[in-house]
Amino acid sequence: MSEKKQERVGVYVCHCGSNIAGVVDVFDVASWAEENLKHQGVVIAREYKFMCSSLGQELIEKDIKELGLTRVVVAACSPHLHEKTFRTAAKNAGLNPYLVELASIREQVSWVHTDKAVATKKSKAVVAGAVSRVIENVPLEELKVPINPNTLVVGGGIAGIQAALEIANAGFHVYLVEREPSIGGHMAQFDKTFPTLDCSACILTPRMVEAGTHPNITLMTWSEVVNVSGYVGSFNVTVKKKARFVNEELCTGCGICEEKCPKKVIDEVFEAGLGYRKAVYTPFAQAVPKYPVMDRENCTYFIKGTCKACEKFCPTGAIDFKQEDQLINIEVGNIILATGYDLFDARRVSNYGYGRLPNVFTSLEFERLSNAAGPTNGNIVMRDGKTTPKSVGIIHCVGSRDKNFNNYCSVICCMQGLKFAHLVHERTGATVYNFYIDMRTAYKAYDEFYQRVLEEGTLFVRGKVAEVTNAARNEHERGKLIIQVEDTLAGKQRRIPVDMVILSSGLQPRADSKEVGKLFGISCSTDGWFTEKHPKLDPVATMTEGIYIAGCSQGPKDIPSSVAQGAAASARVLDKILQREVALEPIKASVNQEMCSGCRICNGLCPFNAITFHEDLMVTEINPALCQGCGTCVAACPAGAISGTGFSDQQIMAQIDGLLLRNLEPVGV
Amino acid sequence: MPQMTDERVRAGLTREEDLSLLHEVSMKTAGVSHLEMCIQCGTCGGSCPAAQDMDHTPRMLFAMLRAGMREEVLRSNTPWICVSCYHCVVRCPQEVHIADVMYTLKGMAIKAKLYTDSTAPDFSQTFVDMVETYGRSFELGLASRHYLKHFPLRLPSMTPMGFGMVTKGRMPIKPKRIRHMKQLNNILNRAKQLELTS
Amino acid sequence: MNKYLFYPGCSMESSAKAYMQSMNAILEPLDLQMEEIEDWNCCGATEYLGINLIPAYSLIARNLALATKQMNGTRTVTAPCSACYLNLAKADYYMQERPSLGAKVNEALAAGGLQYTPGTLEIRHLIDILVYDIGLETIRSKVSRPLTGLRVAPYMGCMLPRPDYKHRWSDHEHPTELDDLLRALGVEVIDYPLTTNCCGGHMTQIGPETAFELIRRLVADADERGAHLMATVCPMCQMNLDAYQGEMNHYFGTDYHMPILFFTQLMGLAFGREPGDLGIGAELVSSRNALANIGVEVPVTQEPAAPRKKDEGLPMPRRWTKHEGKEAVK
Repeated sequence: MSEKKQERVGVYVCHCGSNIAGVVDVFDVASWAEENLKHQGVVIAREYKFMCSSLGQELIEKDIKELGLTRVVVAACSPHLHEKTFRTAAKNAGLNPYLVELASIREQVSWVHTDKAVATKKSKAVVAGAVSRVIENVPLEELKVPINPNTLVVGGGIAGIQAALEIANAGFHVYLVEREPSIGGHMAQFDKTFPTLDCSACILTPRMVEAGTHPNITLMTWSEVVNVSGYVGSFNVTVKKKARFVNEELCTGCGICEEKCPKKVIDEVFEAGLGYRKAVYTPFAQAVPKYPVMDRENCTYFIKGTCKACEKFCPTGAIDFKQEDQLINIEVGNIILATGYDLFDARRVSNYGYGRLPNVFTSLEFERLSNAAGPTNGNIVMRDGKTTPKSVGIIHCVGSRDKNFNNYCSVICCMQGLKFAHLVHERTGATVYNFYIDMRTAYKAYDEFYQRVLEEGTLFVRGKVAEVTNAARNEHERGKLIIQVEDTLAGKQRRIPVDMVILSSGLQPRADSKEVGKLFGISCSTDGWFTEKHPKLDPVATMTEGIYIAGCSQGPKDIPSSVAQGAAASARVLDKILQREVALEPIKASVNQEMCSGCRICNGLCPFNAITFHEDLMVTEINPALCQGCGTCVAACPAGAISGTGFSDQQIMAQIDGLLLRNLEPVGV
Repeated sequence: MPQMTDERVRAGLTREEDLSLLHEVSMKTAGVSHLEMCIQCGTCGGSCPAAQDMDHTPRMLFAMLRAGMREEVLRSNTPWICVSCYHCVVRCPQEVHIADVMYTLKGMAIKAKLYTDSTAPDFSQTFVDMVETYGRSFELGLASRHYLKHFPLRLPSMTPMGFGMVTKGRMPIKPKRIRHMKQLNNILNRAKQLELTS
Repeated sequence: MNKYLFYPGCSMESSAKAYMQSMNAILEPLDLQMEEIEDWNCCGATEYLGINLIPAYSLIARNLALATKQMNGTRTVTAPCSACYLNLAKADYYMQERPSLGAKVNEALAAGGLQYTPGTLEIRHLIDILVYDIGLETIRSKVSRPLTGLRVAPYMGCMLPRPDYKHRWSDHEHPTELDDLLRALGVEVIDYPLTTNCCGGHMTQIGPETAFELIRRLVADADERGAHLMATVCPMCQMNLDAYQGEMNHYFGTDYHMPILFFTQLMGLAFGREPGDLGIGAELVSSRNALANIGVEVPVTQEPAAPRKKDEGLPMPRRWTKHEGKEAVK
């Protein structure tokens, strides 16, 4: 301990109703602190029913003013909840807010212990640690940075479109970046939407057109973000605009090139592998933008050096085989990620036969099959392309709620399965079976839809399907797909022969979600979904300031929820834009360049890309605006050259001493 | 034997030891059974190639374990019909070691003498006796002893097959015995004094 | 010379003699050596596990303990019988997953002066060694009499691909190892959806009606798909399907005649060995007529690459591969 002026510390122990007081003797903790931590500078220790109430806060403010407190310790809940409350109270009373420490005696004591004596003793140690630490705290000032009013939205599905439109309509500029040739996302592939059976295209395409023509939206399709630097308020983003080999200035979207192109390719993306496209193509009629793209891998000219049929027939000379990928730099203040989901690969469930048995279809295949603009013009037929099924089995939870595949519920599959049942019934009159583990039809008008499908005569079997097989055991089964299942409500194994099986496949994170998360400096759950700042109270923000998430990239959800999240994220961005500047937490790491050995160990570790290395000086520097104060580099530095404000070695060591009650005068607990 | 448990369950009564039945079975099973994780989806009952001959599907048996229906579970022919094909095991979304639980239930049924049909337990016991005598299985001895006791009427129709097996040299008349039979018996005798509880 | 420790299992010296004989016939051309574990005992099949847990695992573990004494240069134990393979693999795996089981088993082994540390050995099935260590290329190179024209239902059975503690197989339900191996011999492998369904196991002994139904399903489906014979990898499967086929026919009033051969017998034939050296003829359902198909001398040709007929209608998704599976899991 250095020679310093004696600080005047106030300790405030919260009852939190009975949350803390039920397990911890709060009166004992307060009086113990006042008596035993006196030599540390504790001049007052109080307990109160709810410190976070305005009366509780006033108590602290009054003491700061009247007793001349220079440090405050509040023993209450986790700093996550009320640190800001008590810092504001200190600020109101004229004390630098960073001279307040929270001692968590709720999450770390009363909620995890039952023995009152032990819990009280531990609370005293936690309080002693906080007191020792707060003495080492230094006053800090928030950093203010201006906000660039432009926004980047990544992903042009319905969530991204919604977010872009909200911001653009508020008068601010949006860059909407989409990997595929057109915006629209998965929703553009669907025929009908549950539970209202709105035509998906009819409700989506007006939004797509609006996004495509909005003066405040710069649409960048067939493009990907390849680099992000900067921080909230001023991100610098590099977008790779892949060569379309079509001059957008000249192209009228007439479609002649596509018509004349001799190369037919299975469309794995938009048609879910169930239909064909050409090597030069627009994925669907209402695509936005209307310009086609040329698929270099399949184009005959690129493979063999001859053909150029598209070029010959293009009336405006828009085909340009010399086009190259372009890197475009844009500057934005905030970013919304709405990168969507991948469909679970149903071939992995080999007992369901997808990929082996022709008449087993995935949900996305069925969407295309039932879509009037799809490969069969909306005729629900079997793989031969012509036969209408007389009986159809729809299997729920494919790849979801299964430790062999994905452990989570994919949310949409029950309703999707019901929608399929309705469409099959309506269009073919076939007998329809739905196989489910639990029927999950929460939310407005969803269960009513279930009722409707029941009424239509769909046969529901409660049981996870064991297998789909073509090994018939008798005449009745011959030539059919047999669904073998335990009808758990009847308590019997059943074998149900059908003509067609539809797998209600689950959703999973994009295959590259972890890399994308790293690119933008945000984290993913173990499954690979982007992690929100708070699962209940902050669902569209992330731990990185200025980066927001919306739609299925955050977790499986249906269209209404995706739209709601897109709108919510845009509201958060507008709030930031309208503030014009943003205050950054002053909890930052900094490098003592004298001590830095230039080993670069910290360079690759920073999750926020805040560290740069100066080759000329052989030292590392941390950008304070980018640094989020996570402490990874501090812990990693072998030279001890990096320290974190708010988490200095002195503070940490003092807190440990306090926790171990080493700073006590020999009175004992 | 009185159907005590059943009545008690119907009356909504459960005893402490009934509630602990699931735990007991789980503890006695090799490996980590995950039995408590069952979500009653029926994958096991749907997968089972012999379900049509079972009193209860495996799924029902697990529900009955939860309900503390000890006697009914141990009387059920289900574990004895299990052919150990492991279809249910690899398909179970909760990774329950179903086949191993079936082995546990067989052992418990034998101890409690609660099985209904003695064919299967007798076969297992005869097999074990052969192994404990010779260290190897002795198919002719096993088959003749077992068939004489349980399927005497099938013997005539079995004869051609047995004759075929013997004449084709596929069923030796004399058993083979391992050299260190005593060592094996020491191991097995020690093992019989041990039980898996934790 | 590739050397492996070898656990034959009881059937190999009795009901599955033909398996042993044919395996021995292919070892030399493939440069394989199998060193038998000395004084091995029965693995307990599916019977011991149901009677008494710790003795059952101790019975199995004695073999593992004995094998460790012969580990000079290899730690791989090869079992040709699926039930033995599973029991050995299971004991090794559970002794690790449940340390209290491992401790008790070792306590019992100690009474015989033995000890086994789970994970010491690698337990593998014969076909695993052939496909993944020897390789299809080598096998193909040894084929002197391609079995062209022989239509075979590949029957893997259940205890080989499941529960698959160490993820050795391409799939739990429709593994391709046996198909690939048979194709390397020139065999026409039929699409056989029941390839990993159960042969009835011990039910032939304790509930014959149940077993007959399982046998009927397998034989009937192979027959319906035009198989000349079925190839198995397990003595119990061979025994149930072959020896009980007559009784099954009697029970259902059917008249199936589906020969069941070990895959090693087909390998031996393809390698140019004579049926008599391979135990062919020991099966109760004679394979004489089926093998007449390869009695015809066929010139050595490449694997038949039948031109695929252009599909009409809607395209099929690409077939699933093991490699892809690993990608997806990541």
